Amino acid sequence: MSLVAHTLTAAVVELRRVVAVQGGFPVLAGADLAVSRGEIVLLRGPNGAGKTSLLRMCAGLLPVERGEARVLGHDLTVDRVSVRRQVGLLGHANGLYADLSVADNVAFWGATVGASAAEIDASLRRMGLADRLRDVRVGALSAGQRRRTALACLVARRAELWLLDEPHAGLDAAGRDDLDATLREAAAAGATVLVASHELERAGALATRVVEVVGGLVRDPAVGDGGPA
Amino acid sequence: MSLFAVARLIAAKDLRIEWRSRVVLHQVVPFSGLVMVLFAFALDNDATLTRVAPGLVWLASMFSMLVVVQRSFAVEAADGALDALRVAGVRPDGIFLGKSLALAAQLAVLEVILLLAAVVLYKADVGAGSVPLLLATFVAATLGLAFVGTLYGGLASGASGRETLLPLLMLPVVAPVLIGATRATEAALGTNGASSNEGWPWVGLMVLFGVLFGAGGTLAFGSLVDE
Repeated sequence: MSLVAHTLTAAVVELRRVVAVQGGFPVLAGADLAVSRGEIVLLRGPNGAGKTSLLRMCAGLLPVERGEARVLGHDLTVDRVSVRRQVGLLGHANGLYADLSVADNVAFWGATVGASAAEIDASLRRMGLADRLRDVRVGALSAGQRRRTALACLVARRAELWLLDEPHAGLDAAGRDDLDATLREAAAAGATVLVASHELERAGALATRVVEVVGGLVRDPAVGDGGPA
Repeated sequence: MSLFAVARLIAAKDLRIEWRSRVVLHQVVPFSGLVMVLFAFALDNDATLTRVAPGLVWLASMFSMLVVVQRSFAVEAADGALDALRVAGVRPDGIFLGKSLALAAQLAVLEVILLLAAVVLYKADVGAGSVPLLLATFVAATLGLAFVGTLYGGLASGASGRETLLPLLMLPVVAPVLIGATRATEAALGTNGASSNEGWPWVGLMVLFGVLFGAGGTLAFGSLVDE
């Protein structure tokens, strides 16, 4: 099963002096970022630096107040809804239904993009959920198992841009290995991955590039003075 | 995905959650029954109970609906699923329609149980001739309540203090349905000397109410959950 639904243009994320405000507070105070297809970019920075806000802005959940922002060819200053079908965001919450089984959850999220039963099964197998956990209620799972289920949902959605906020949190060693292998395979298939993480050793080994986020400022060496690279 | 495909997906998901959790069956139905019994204790007069039975059925339906609506959006908010639906680009009009249909199905079951309770506890008389008007009343009122419940449930879902905010916002809005459904049910059951002809204009009012809130909710739900 391919982990990506479509092929893309080379520039996937293009941000220039982006300002985003939430609750009257500037959570992004000048973000410059240029990410190309197939890259795995690690966003590194202290708590409250703006990493989560940057991911939510790229997913079209946070409005852009000022600056230029294009994600997957969509101008987010004009329309921040159209991009959503093409991105997969895994934040601090997992987006799962506790009363449904693991398989039900993955089937539901896969169905939102028209995934077939075979693709749902493949997603479950990829995250090690195809056997004894398949029919277990999500509410009865451990935190790590829920994270695995959320990742399986993300795999089933075959997103072109994966936005992951602390994806390794709560996973055991096998889960981390599965996740890293999945992300590498997705990137090789043409997906682009932005990962916000404090686990620099683990995520750093996975990433093709590291970008610093500090105090709402994102400084990407790939962005020159004239615009995104 | 088309509007109806999304609505079917969301409705099936919501009904599967209810089927697995049995919250309506194990908690809301007993709550509704208790309300009906307490009404009987409070009024403690057979003639009075028979006379006010239609109003009590719909009042108990609305109290029960508040619990079902809160539950419907609590499952979306508990682990950020509503946010995930937004990110997944699932069309909001389909979410509105799907959640409304699932809510209507659960309300319909509740209302039938409440009507049966009224027959047993309040000696309400449901004759064969009253069935068409009764059926039309229940369908129109249920859809109206489901549309309003989903719209205001979505509105309150992102607010702090949503548990107390929801009844405050919703109960005044559903007052026309309470009045219309009570009058139409009175006409169907022949309570207070009403004839069945008097019930149909009230059904018309509830249909209009349902169409307005159905259309309004379909158009507005995206903005409501996005902000």
